[in-house]
Amino acid sequence: MKPSPFRYHAPGSLEEAVGLLASLEDSKVLAGGQSLVPLLNFRLARPAHLVDINRLPGLDRIYERDGGVAVQALVRQADALRSATLGRLCPLVPEALQHVAHQVIRNRGTVVGSIAHADPAAELPAVLLALEGEVVARGPGGERRIAAGDFFRGVLESALEPDEIATEAWFPAFTGPHGLREESRRHGDYAMAGAVRAGARLALFGVAPTPVTADPKDPARDLQPSGDIEATPEFRKHLVAVLTQDLFAA
Amino acid sequence: MIRVNGADRPLPEDPRILLSDHLRHGLGLTGTHVGCEHGVCGCCTVLLGGRPVRACLLLAVQLDGQEVTTIEGLAPDAATLHPIQQAFHECHALQCGFCTPGFLLAVKGLLDDHPDPTKSEIQEGISGNLCRCTGYANIRRAVRRAADLSRGAR
Repeated sequence: MKPSPFRYHAPGSLEEAVGLLASLEDSKVLAGGQSLVPLLNFRLARPAHLVDINRLPGLDRIYERDGGVAVQALVRQADALRSATLGRLCPLVPEALQHVAHQVIRNRGTVVGSIAHADPAAELPAVLLALEGEVVARGPGGERRIAAGDFFRGVLESALEPDEIATEAWFPAFTGPHGLREESRRHGDYAMAGAVRAGARLALFGVAPTPVTADPKDPARDLQPSGDIEATPEFRKHLVAVLTQDLFAA
Repeated sequence: MIRVNGADRPLPEDPRILLSDHLRHGLGLTGTHVGCEHGVCGCCTVLLGGRPVRACLLLAVQLDGQEVTTIEGLAPDAATLHPIQQAFHECHALQCGFCTPGFLLAVKGLLDDHPDPTKSEIQEGISGNLCRCTGYANIRRAVRRAADLSRGAR
């Protein structure tokens, strides 16, 4: 079980990295690799080129801007979990990170990578959606900001262009009632279903091809979750109702 | 070059060689065990810059110039066990031993962060490592004992 052959690139600057993505056919950005490398090992992903951004300078900060907190592309989840800035202004983010995989994975995995990977069962995309955050993307034409509501397009599919790198996730400051509930078969696994609350806003994960917002009073309406070995569609809808009730009961 | 247990070692030419395979096949450090090869079992856990990570989820070429500690580098010398190893020995926290190197290095990271861990911190700290023999009870005891040994208790 090994990756199929690829060319490895380790650019030293963001400009170089974006240039590589623009010039190479069939490339993938490698950040923490905690989702991408398993896909490579199983050969579910077989990119011709890997652009490793881990050596890019100046991309490892968590800082306040525009009434919220920006988390740059190389911030490891373990560091975000311990961030005083996030804890003070966006406590939902560190709270959600406790549910992301395990400490050893969080030591290497990045916040932005988890969002860019756009796994519909992952916690952080739903957190970004519940908070109405943004992704900052850098491409050959410059920088653009993508609202969370426009970012997630499908299973493992985001609005990022093939020659763009997600350089930051931005979370608006929010200290009102918030929380994350999920149900998984084993601790640290992807959830069968999960719910995130930010004030009156509710986002669900694990129940659609992307994270979705829902009405807290009737969260399972319009949901058509898929069924698998872990949960039937009906059980997922049941979980959504129970988790939402729990989140909004407080 | 990659620094492994304090010595400079070569990196593979093929970028698709995982760190776990490079350690075992390239450098002969077979104490790093390979179970699932997709980040679930924790057997291949090593320290990168002092923090535990999965060696099967890193490409060896990524680590040019970086510092890795494997299970072979945990004990101070060949005659002395590291306090975590001593505690696993005393508490019978292993049976077949396949998962043990990964546990020891994950616990190293846990105790670096929490020198006096609570029950829930221990539970959380070992939750990313799978053991099919012990049922985890003795491993939890060993983590507690390792914390005491590391802090100088006897």
